[in-house]
Amino acid sequence: MSKQFTRRGVLKTGAAVSAGLAMPTIFTSSASAYMNEPKGATVTLGFNVPQSGPYADEGADELRAYKLAVEHLNGGGDGGMMKTFSSKALKGNGILGKKVAYVTGDTQTKSDAARASAKSMIEKDGAVMITGGSSSGVAIAVQGLCQEAGVIFMAGLTHSNDTTGKDKKANGFRHFFNGQMSASALAPVLEKNYGKDRKAYHLTADYTWGWTQQKSIAAATEAMGWQTVKNVLTPLATTDFSSYIAPVLNSGADVLVLNHYGGNMINSLTSAVQFGLRDKQVNGKNFEIVVPLYSRLMARGAGKNVKGIFGSTNWHWSLSDEGSKAFVKSFGEKYGFPPSQAAHTCYCQTLLYADAVERAGTFNPCGVAEALEGFKFDGLGNGPVEYRKEDHQCFKDVIVVKGKEKPTSQFDVLEVVEVTPRAQVEYPVDHPMFAGGNLGKCNSGA
Amino acid sequence: MDSILLQILNGLDKGSAYALIALGLTLIFGTLGVVNFAHGALFMIGAFCVVTLQRILNISTVKIDPSKTDFLGNPLEVKTPYVVNWFGEATGNAIINWSVPLAILLAIPVMLLIGYAMERGLIKHFYKRPHADQILVTFGLAIVLQEIIKAFYGANPIPAPAPELFRGSFDFGVLLGMAENSVIYPYWRLIYFAFSALIIGLVFAFLKFTTFGMVVRAGMADRETVGLLGINIDRKFTFMFAIAAVVAGLAGVMYAPINSPNYHMGMDFLVLSFVVVVVGGMGSLPGAVLAGFLLGILESFASMNQVKSFFEALFLPSIDQIIIYLVAIIILLTRPRGLMGRKGVMEE
Repeated sequence: MSKQFTRRGVLKTGAAVSAGLAMPTIFTSSASAYMNEPKGATVTLGFNVPQSGPYADEGADELRAYKLAVEHLNGGGDGGMMKTFSSKALKGNGILGKKVAYVTGDTQTKSDAARASAKSMIEKDGAVMITGGSSSGVAIAVQGLCQEAGVIFMAGLTHSNDTTGKDKKANGFRHFFNGQMSASALAPVLEKNYGKDRKAYHLTADYTWGWTQQKSIAAATEAMGWQTVKNVLTPLATTDFSSYIAPVLNSGADVLVLNHYGGNMINSLTSAVQFGLRDKQVNGKNFEIVVPLYSRLMARGAGKNVKGIFGSTNWHWSLSDEGSKAFVKSFGEKYGFPPSQAAHTCYCQTLLYADAVERAGTFNPCGVAEALEGFKFDGLGNGPVEYRKEDHQCFKDVIVVKGKEKPTSQFDVLEVVEVTPRAQVEYPVDHPMFAGGNLGKCNSGA
Repeated sequence: MDSILLQILNGLDKGSAYALIALGLTLIFGTLGVVNFAHGALFMIGAFCVVTLQRILNISTVKIDPSKTDFLGNPLEVKTPYVVNWFGEATGNAIINWSVPLAILLAIPVMLLIGYAMERGLIKHFYKRPHADQILVTFGLAIVLQEIIKAFYGANPIPAPAPELFRGSFDFGVLLGMAENSVIYPYWRLIYFAFSALIIGLVFAFLKFTTFGMVVRAGMADRETVGLLGINIDRKFTFMFAIAAVVAGLAGVMYAPINSPNYHMGMDFLVLSFVVVVVGGMGSLPGAVLAGFLLGILESFASMNQVKSFFEALFLPSIDQIIIYLVAIIILLTRPRGLMGRKGVMEE
């Protein structure tokens, strides 16, 4: 036996053994027809939300919505939007007769922590579906994990184009809207209010959501004649934006677009207002600020600073359709305040999943995915909605909002300016902003 | 030129906050020999004194107005703050509007008390323990304080606006004969700078010109001898700890309008303040102030687009995130005791 042969042999065996050991148990332990097939009287869902860190308030509201959805699915409470939902497959007796149980995880708004908690919920708790998140970075990471593990991922609040674009996955579904849809809805309103001749300065959160939203907003505003003077990327961890705000006026721009969310948006907007940007005149026009993605929780955080500022939102509690009214009523009576858009999308996602399982007659992710693809529904607060088969993105009307001038209560901070119809925000599957991705094949984990 | 001026101004307010926190840290280190990692939390608690005062001032009487409805369609509850009921519409609203400066009056006794309790209740027991133990216990305390604040006030930033009078900004450009809007600077940040200069002056004057200060300075130089002279130096040092807590708290109060108070704002400042202390020289009060302003301005410069793209060309992206640490390394390599450090501090 030559020396060289021995070494190579050892290396080969070693590699084979380590590969075997390193292979996650999720790929080897499944004796069922599919991953985490529920065999008892209950079925477990995994709610993966930020319970700590800067988005914890958003996460807390998501969790409230999930608990409400579980209560309704199990036949408790007043049934909420189950009564207004166009599909009548849900009977209030759990899902496929199994009582709904849930486990929760803390994403900490960090991709690695979110993946770890999702993995634990799948492997240890036997969660058959993972949902949640309040950041696109997290959503994309967890969506990838669910695809590998073979469970369905119902995305929570994620607004990056990439979630259903470059990083789309066959096991992932998004009810929330995205940066491109915000841009299509917002641009006409901006044109009407601020005219065609404007110079925009962008401050952008330096991660997938910020990048894609900025691209979409810049493209949409440039198409109507605006110029983009500059785009400055700001690190997610920034808390003091003064050094980014200070050069804005001197750049010749007369509009500031804040591609910021959560704490970032609250701080950058506060800084901009402190610098007096909104009282200034540039190029003979009033200086304006735009916040493309608005949430009520954020608007409340920014206080009076949001007055008169335009943005877009997935849903708002003041909408007057039957679904929204039913949801606001059951959420408001349970918790004492109206739900946020994050709560709304998470509640909808849970019902949509449960409904798809009922219609498919199985928890098998591939069956569920098939039931969701191309599914058309109504009565969940956004008017008629369709889960597009090709990219698993929901298409629906988009709401343009404005910071209210005279709020009547602490919840009444945004007013709905316009409901942009679906046709105006819809884009083709091969739109350049969404290029490069591939859904792939559904994975049942078997 | 104008953008350089702009960034110098910008660095001043951040530098002011660094200087105030670092001053307190150095006071504690110089007197008690303790490295206090909970100092950032004291800054944060100061900011939350503003939030607390706002909440107190907004305690309201509730009247049901049947003509209006809330979001569930029930009759609307109209709230009127007690201060408005007591002092009338104009005065009441003015008090609420001025809640940030007024919070100073609340913060001084609160911070004195917290500082005293912290020193007597916890830190006292760690004087003879190694620095590592002190760091661990104070860092643990910081996390506890942070979580308490989060449990009470939630995780999102809470707006704490400056009085209406100080909204808007001052145009330095016009003053210097430049174009309009080329160098603007918010009024409140100017006030913050002046305020911290005042506090720093007061602390130095206190140490320099009062008998108490003299004893403390003597104690910092040679604790044992001062004790042998029959002076209860421990009690004086406890008071200095409380003073340092007040300085950090006041820095937080006035910073609230610049950065909406949130539970982790203390941590954001703590690490940088330590770099400031080390760069300034452990135990040196003027060093802490000098390094505070220096690093504040430096950080501001590094976030300029021109500077960033220059460093990006040198394969150093995000220079604004690391500049302070880079400079700290260079200073410590060339001057291991920091800018104004004394011999014998933190050395065997």
